[in-house]
Amino acid sequence: MSDLDKLKSEFEASIQAAPDNDALDAIRLDALGKKGRISEQLKMLGQLPADERKQAGQTLNILKDEIAEAIAVRAKTLSAEAMNKKLAEEQIDISLPAGERQQGYAHPLSRTIEEITAIFSDMGFVIAEGPDIETDYYNFTALNIPPEHPARQEHDTFYLMPDETGQRPVLRTHTSPVQVRTMQAMKPPIRLIVPGRTYRSDHDATHSPMFHQCEGLVIGENIHMGHLKGCLIDFCRAFFGVEDLPVRFRPSFFPFTEPSAEVDIGCSRSDGGLKIGAGDDWLEILGSGMVNPRVLENCGYNPDEVQGFAFGMGVERLAMLKYGIPDLRTFYDSDLRWLRHYGFVSSDIAALHTGLGGE
Amino acid sequence: MKFTLSWLLDHLETDASLAQIVDMLPMVGLEVESLVNPREALAPFSVAEIITAEQHPNADRLRVCSVNAGDKILSIVCGAPNARAGLKTVLAPTGSYVPGAGITIKAGKIRGEISEGMLCSPAELGLSEDAGGIIELETDAPVGVSLAEYAEQSALIQADPVIEIAITPNRGDCLGVRGVARDLAAAGMGTLKAIDFSPAAGEGKSPISWHIDDSAVALVPLVTGRMFSGVKNGPSPKWLADRLTAIGQRPISALVDITNYIMFDLGRPLHAYDGDKITGTHLTITANSSGQEILALNEKTYQTETGMLVIGDDTGPDDIAGVMGGERTGVSDSTSNMFLEIAVFDPVSVATTGRKLNLHSDARYRFERGLDQAGPEQMAGYIARFVNEICGGSFSELTVAGNQHYTPKKIAFSVARTRQLTGVDVPEAEQRRILEQLGFTVSSSVADSWSVTVPSWRNDIDGSADLVEEIIRIYGFDKLNMTELPRSSVIARPAYSAEQKRAPLLRRLLTARGITEAVTFSFLKSDDAALFGGGDDSLRLANPISTELDMMRPSILPNLLQAVSRNNNRGIENVSLFEIGPIFLSPDETGQRISVSAIRQGNIRSADWRHTAAPVSAFDSKADILAALSLIGVSVDNITTSRDAPDWMHPGRSGRLKLGKMDMGYFGEIHPAILAHYDLKSPIVGFEFWLDTIALPRQKGSMKPLLNLSALQPVSRDFAFIVDEDVEAQALMQSIRKAARDVVIDVQVFDLYQGEHVEAGKKSVALTATFQPKTASFTDEELKSISDSIITTVGKNNGGKIRGA
Repeated sequence: MSDLDKLKSEFEASIQAAPDNDALDAIRLDALGKKGRISEQLKMLGQLPADERKQAGQTLNILKDEIAEAIAVRAKTLSAEAMNKKLAEEQIDISLPAGERQQGYAHPLSRTIEEITAIFSDMGFVIAEGPDIETDYYNFTALNIPPEHPARQEHDTFYLMPDETGQRPVLRTHTSPVQVRTMQAMKPPIRLIVPGRTYRSDHDATHSPMFHQCEGLVIGENIHMGHLKGCLIDFCRAFFGVEDLPVRFRPSFFPFTEPSAEVDIGCSRSDGGLKIGAGDDWLEILGSGMVNPRVLENCGYNPDEVQGFAFGMGVERLAMLKYGIPDLRTFYDSDLRWLRHYGFVSSDIAALHTGLGGE
Repeated sequence: MKFTLSWLLDHLETDASLAQIVDMLPMVGLEVESLVNPREALAPFSVAEIITAEQHPNADRLRVCSVNAGDKILSIVCGAPNARAGLKTVLAPTGSYVPGAGITIKAGKIRGEISEGMLCSPAELGLSEDAGGIIELETDAPVGVSLAEYAEQSALIQADPVIEIAITPNRGDCLGVRGVARDLAAAGMGTLKAIDFSPAAGEGKSPISWHIDDSAVALVPLVTGRMFSGVKNGPSPKWLADRLTAIGQRPISALVDITNYIMFDLGRPLHAYDGDKITGTHLTITANSSGQEILALNEKTYQTETGMLVIGDDTGPDDIAGVMGGERTGVSDSTSNMFLEIAVFDPVSVATTGRKLNLHSDARYRFERGLDQAGPEQMAGYIARFVNEICGGSFSELTVAGNQHYTPKKIAFSVARTRQLTGVDVPEAEQRRILEQLGFTVSSSVADSWSVTVPSWRNDIDGSADLVEEIIRIYGFDKLNMTELPRSSVIARPAYSAEQKRAPLLRRLLTARGITEAVTFSFLKSDDAALFGGGDDSLRLANPISTELDMMRPSILPNLLQAVSRNNNRGIENVSLFEIGPIFLSPDETGQRISVSAIRQGNIRSADWRHTAAPVSAFDSKADILAALSLIGVSVDNITTSRDAPDWMHPGRSGRLKLGKMDMGYFGEIHPAILAHYDLKSPIVGFEFWLDTIALPRQKGSMKPLLNLSALQPVSRDFAFIVDEDVEAQALMQSIRKAARDVVIDVQVFDLYQGEHVEAGKKSVALTATFQPKTASFTDEELKSISDSIITTVGKNNGGKIRGA
């Protein structure tokens, strides 16, 4: 073994044994530093005879590169080992709970109203609003419900204390007054829905003194009962997400529509459970009809020129049927457990393109 | 409105089954509320014939019968005294349950003889209390047929199905069975049977006649009466009593039952006076009685008031017209002379009186829905013969009063109107048929100019749309064509206006911030309203369902606080709730606002292994309200905070937000006294603002302003100022912005300190200001100049000194 070979194996052994970067630096100095042993030998090349010089120079340069490379490799290994050692010390109990931020939920009523809105919006309806405290005129008289009419008694109306003129404002018993307000304010064609709060003096398991309705009104030149039927069947099927949902129209009576129809949807009941869809039973879901000519006249329209239909639905009832909510009174109780169970997170938006949840 | 199937069939000639009738009723607008069919319970039993009946060898009272069950001959041991050869009776086969006996029939031996079934008494089948022997059916009863089927034809089996229907307020005519039958006949369910409405002459003048006081003339278009003399009152015939019982009415006596029966049969209320109890020769109808007491048939006393229609004799009023008769002149079991009233009173008058007296009756229910206008004269003959048949005696001529004899209403109608409103082509002949079967008469043959006469019992019909409804409801709503609404635009426009869109956006923001949406009542307790700036009498409910809910709410916060309290009482803590809904400042339209309100209770962050619990602070609600305002386009950088939050907020830990002079709501801790009122623990924070008072941002369209991103890095500098402790951070931040208006893009407070090294009454506020260079990076001189300017301005405006300087 030549001296150089000896030197090489000596350096390689110490590089492999170097415990840390400092030791490695010392070896680098000893080998390749200004006064390092390899550097010293390179300096002495000039003293060699010319014919040996070239050969020795090559050999030395190769050795120099090999040592530098060995140091670099060792340095990488050392830093990898150091990292591993550090990471091994950083271990945590990843089974610990993550700590959730509190999540908020939207009420199923506002969700249901958004679903109703999404569907009617696609049919060209816009939202209209009106006051909760109404006059007797808008809530009753303009809608063809004269004083002392039996239809008025069925409304269980809340009244406020009489004003200085003796008039008693009413809490609107339905969203229908907004029909009149809108027709008085604008010309046909009209397509609107009115979701909102309504009030009746009744409080038991199936009645709440405050509840929500969604009114609908379509006025145009040739709007007939076939349109009413088409529009409401389309709505029911889209809302419940049941393509072949049977929808039945039955004659009924509302003072502000003529002819009037109640709308039922098909359902089946078994083992106390209710399933919306084709079945052997029917569920009453909304009221509707052609706007009574008297109401059109009250709004300044000529019933020979324009006509249309109106409908009204109970939002709570729709929500209960769609989401299987058993008790009406729980809607207003604000029990967080209930709201979290029946509510909707903010990213769950009711839109036709993402679906309305019944599909 | 309840009736039995056999009662309906008195008026309707039909082959339709019960199921077909019950299916058709809702389709003509008569909603079926319930159907009780006792016949279903009879299905397990069948008609059988006893072929032989031999004495039982081991029992004196038993017979061994050979019974023809139709498909086989059975041996049955029977103890009934009337079990005899040739008798058609009812068999309970093995396996069937006999309700009256409470047993399920099994084949076996009775005293050693085989018995393969049971022959039943009416009591054993639960049909009546008759347990004296087995049922004796007609001799032509078909052997082997189910008893349910047999009961449909036989009057022997008292198992009449009872149907209850809901009558809409317009259909007073269907408050009698005949009206229901007429609708069914028009809908193709058979034919309406004729009824003999011919007049009955009577003998001699009625000893009692009517007098209508001037005050009542307008309210009494027509009233008739006649005296029935020598009538025999007592229990009603069985069929009549059974029918009343079946629909839930208690039979009283023949005369009372007859008036009830006619009311449910023809929808025609009557009133029966005991002729011998009337003093004088007149019954006076007046609206001019006041302060008089009437002991009504319900044994309660009512006081008359001017305007109420009442009827009386020379002694005084004793009948509340159309509502309820009086005890003094009413019929009793011993009545032998009856004066019977048939009247039409003004429906509004009857309704008003009934409402004022809070007195409900079947008669009032019919009067206020409008009766057959021609009834007092047209039905008088039929009713007289009906009474006479049951109670005997004789009756007088009719006595009539009222100056408004019925004149039929006529409506001009074009058959095209039906298509116009319904979109359906109903053939002209069919339209005519339907109207005529419902009792209308059509007087012209020219299709576009019919004159349609409305029948006297249809007070609800007053225009062509009503006639269309009659035609289409009978023709069938199922024949309406489902027609799509023409699209108003290919792609739907938004349903929400820019104003309306804000509520759903805010709902998403607040739920994303961890607050849950509540929906609470629009009314609350007036005491609570007063705590939140409300409670004005003009917003008080005149008829609340409870004193807990007697005032329109001035704010949503009290309702949310109550909701927190309810949750806490159920062990649910850290409750964050919001509501977007109406509040009421005055009863007029302008007094209603849409409030956006939220509260947070307990910890904004619960304790866990990483953090200690962080209780809610006023700044959590400040962050909530600012995020909400920012979402709906309010420029929150320009908002100022002041200390004038409402009284129900903590005076030191709440604030009001303003944009210029505009009120943008308030936030902070709820006043501890309010929390104590709701039995809640501190702290609870919340906010409220009102959508109506916040203007929409001016920007229209979708275009956003061009974004100029600087290639130059912003630079931050920290400043710690010593200021008087009452100097607000807001003022320091404003000074910094003002001092370097062109370059400051952000100012934050990163430390707040009072204590050691800071003089008493002072505080140290440390802020970071961030500067954005525009054309070239800042030089050291420029930065120094900006800093100096800030220090000078804060010194001048806020008395601040740089800490340590």
